[in-house]
Amino acid sequence: MLGNLSLLYLAPTLNIQLLLDGLFVGAIFALAAYGLALVWGVMNLKNLAQGDFVIMGGYIAWWLGTQGVHPLFGLPVAAVVMFGFGWLVYRVVICRVVDKDLFTSLLATFGLAIMLQQLLNLLFGPDTQTANAGFETLFLFDNQVTVTQIRLISLVLCLVLALGLVLFMKRSRIGQAIRATAQDPRAAKVMGIDTDRVYAFTFSLNAAICGVAGALVSMIWVIQPFFGITHSIRSFVIVTAAGLGNLPGVVLSGIGLGIAEQFGGFVLGAEFQQAIVVGLLIAVLIWRQIQMGRHRQVVQ
Amino acid sequence: MSWTLHSSAIALAAAALAIAASPADGKVEGETIVLGAAISLTGKYSTDGVHAQNGYEIAIDKINEMGGVTVDGKSYQLDVIYYDDESTPARGAQLAERLIQQDGVQFMLGPYSSGLTKAIAPVTEQFGVPMIEAEGASRSLFTQGYKYLFAVLSTSEQYLRTAIALAAEQAEADGRDPADLKVAMAFENDPFSLDVREGVLEDVNKFGMEVVVDDKLPRDLADMSATLTKVRALKPDVLVVSGHAKGAATLARQVGEMNIQVPMIALTHCESADIVGKFGDSVNGFFCPTQWAETLTYSDEYFGSAADYDSAFKEMFSDYATVPYQAAQASAAVLVWKDAFERANTFDVETVRQSIADTEMDTFYGGIKFAPEGNNIAKPMVLRQIQDGQYHVVAPTEWAATKANLSFAQ
Repeated sequence: MLGNLSLLYLAPTLNIQLLLDGLFVGAIFALAAYGLALVWGVMNLKNLAQGDFVIMGGYIAWWLGTQGVHPLFGLPVAAVVMFGFGWLVYRVVICRVVDKDLFTSLLATFGLAIMLQQLLNLLFGPDTQTANAGFETLFLFDNQVTVTQIRLISLVLCLVLALGLVLFMKRSRIGQAIRATAQDPRAAKVMGIDTDRVYAFTFSLNAAICGVAGALVSMIWVIQPFFGITHSIRSFVIVTAAGLGNLPGVVLSGIGLGIAEQFGGFVLGAEFQQAIVVGLLIAVLIWRQIQMGRHRQVVQ
Repeated sequence: MSWTLHSSAIALAAAALAIAASPADGKVEGETIVLGAAISLTGKYSTDGVHAQNGYEIAIDKINEMGGVTVDGKSYQLDVIYYDDESTPARGAQLAERLIQQDGVQFMLGPYSSGLTKAIAPVTEQFGVPMIEAEGASRSLFTQGYKYLFAVLSTSEQYLRTAIALAAEQAEADGRDPADLKVAMAFENDPFSLDVREGVLEDVNKFGMEVVVDDKLPRDLADMSATLTKVRALKPDVLVVSGHAKGAATLARQVGEMNIQVPMIALTHCESADIVGKFGDSVNGFFCPTQWAETLTYSDEYFGSAADYDSAFKEMFSDYATVPYQAAQASAAVLVWKDAFERANTFDVETVRQSIADTEMDTFYGGIKFAPEGNNIAKPMVLRQIQDGQYHVVAPTEWAATKANLSFAQ
């Protein structure tokens, strides 16, 4: 461990590599996490199938790739298809459980996750797949730092998408309706907002965001029908750390976790990467608790 | 009173169990010997499960075609009852019980994967039913003292040992002391990969090599960049990785993307991840262990040479471009059953078990001789190198048709 730390000190370019990798990893995790924050915040729905939506998006991009469509063009297709799929799932399953207690929605989305895994397994088989975007690698600092173009592209896409979402939520009518419903569904209803439609739209939007994240995942890492759980856990950790309805927070905590993971993996070994993520989450929760304790005292 | 009732119920149940578990003649219906297998036809292992089933089927066809199994002067055909274990251990164990108790099967073929074999072995052991398995390589299967479990494949700690031995051999040829070699290791944190790591570590210590990276990859993370950044900084001579198909695909992708230069990169699961098909030129030079290859010089009276098996298999299952070793070893397990029945010359389960234990035969898949623990000790693991997009056997050097493209010269 000390040896690895001194390596970071002796070869500063390694830090740059780890920082960049963390940034790229984190940005994609943040994307899926933002979708989760949306449905959690607006509908109070903890979607356990979040990661499986991501993997499904990945399979759409990958499958289009095998049909001769470049996965980067497959990305908008994945978003559109997943939007439609999200709408369908909302109408068939989610609308029946959205106002029930926590346990019902957890069970329903867990069942959905299992269904999706098996469906993808039946359709595409259990082998690991990866979509080949065919981009080059950039070599920096005398070949000591490598950056693949696809990661750079995905980072830019994530940021553009995040910005677009913020503007959409702030400016557009439906965005305002979503925020109103999130604040108080009853009041929103009284004001003439069709909350059912808002829920359906929010859920579909989340699925579309997952579709984009999945398409990027398939181009950067590997996908397999049963890998969804990784992305689900990651999303939950990021949202819990960042808080609901806080997009910059989600992006920052996603990227922060990505970077922490890279450095942790380098210094302590890959086996501690996840322990670091969960450890950080606990630290954030304790810190929040202390903060809230102070807040309460002020109110008293 | 209720106590007496209760205890008599227990006595009854015990008697029923004793009857079920008592040694008897195996299931033979008319002129057919019935084997049983729970196999993964759906779920996450279904690709390999189907390979194994196809391997069983081609061997059974072959044996039946050649006159079947001769026991006590009479010829019997072979048949298998298959159940789909859905790739879940609990289901596998249930189905094994069903095969034995309801279907009366007394001779079993193994499932796919170490995990499923681990779940089923206690059941076959409890009922005293011999199982010849071909797809569970974990060393831990053979440290439990099981009497009825036999495996035709090499155990997991053998998988990458050949790579370390080859590295030492090459270092000496290049005028370097093997003890000067630096080794980086990354293994997934699961029983199979950790077994592989144990074997590698034993040989690394034997040659006195230095371990500069020893990472354990988490099960669900498909990113190795932190480990590979360390590899780039520490410049090892050998990089060994095992992390199932996901690990192989991730390594192949990221070694190319990050331009990692290591003289020897050895990894498991090259074929199941199809790294040649997916990553093309960037995986040239990678070393991949395999249980079996069609270019090996093994042969037997049923299929002929390994190459003959290869063409017979492709003829029967025309959608295979290459024959996976999972199928070849499944076929070998069926051959062991035939051989054992004929030497036992009876269907008495205990005699048949002893006859399996005494097996010593050559097959197209390699030699088969079981250690007292049940694992096959006659067949080495072979190491192949990807050269120009093709797999070539390069070690152990006595079986190798091609020379490894490897140099540690400084």
